[in-house]
Amino acid sequence: MAVSGLLQTVLLAAAAAFVVFAVVLVYRIVAGPTMQDRVIAVNGIGTNAVVVLALLAAALDRPGYLDVALVYGMLNFLMSIAISKFTVERGGVI
Amino acid sequence: MTPTEILVVALVAAGTFFAFVAVVGIVRLPDLYTRAHATSKSDTLGILLTLSGVALVFGADLAVAKTVLLGLFLFVTNPTAAHAITRAAYDQGIAPWTTETEGDE
Repeated sequence: MAVSGLLQTVLLAAAAAFVVFAVVLVYRIVAGPTMQDRVIAVNGIGTNAVVVLALLAAALDRPGYLDVALVYGMLNFLMSIAISKFTVERGGVI
Repeated sequence: MTPTEILVVALVAAGTFFAFVAVVGIVRLPDLYTRAHATSKSDTLGILLTLSGVALVFGADLAVAKTVLLGLFLFVTNPTAAHAITRAAYDQGIAPWTTETEGDE
């Protein structure tokens, strides 16, 4: 269904707020002392991107963005698991 | 403003607030383990509230099923990823923040 003007404004403002949060998380990627800090920050940025895609799908009435959000969330989870396994096994495969 | 729209605005505002709390935690907390705690609890709650608001915007459609699946998937996988990263850090021997060992500011 097509959203009204005020609700569309609220959804776009929330999406803009999530984009600002993702930009603030870049500080932890730059300044995090350990590698795991950076992985956590990248994971948070990916999650914020998934929520931004869902909010844009609701605001612009484009349900096709939800497929992109699903695939992006799965790849984000795979990135975190692969990096943690690679760190524990000292360079082993999976 | 219908009651559904009021509920959508309330859910999205609450989700944005909890995501803001998670971002403040990741930036300000002194240790890797406390940061993982912030991103696994507060961020997951913010995501779930926001995606609930998005699911109420769509009518009875396939998009509602996709949004609910996305919320359930993130609800399961976000704490799992944080736990895996923290466990890898603990196996590497990264010391937690205590009263003796100072954290990184």
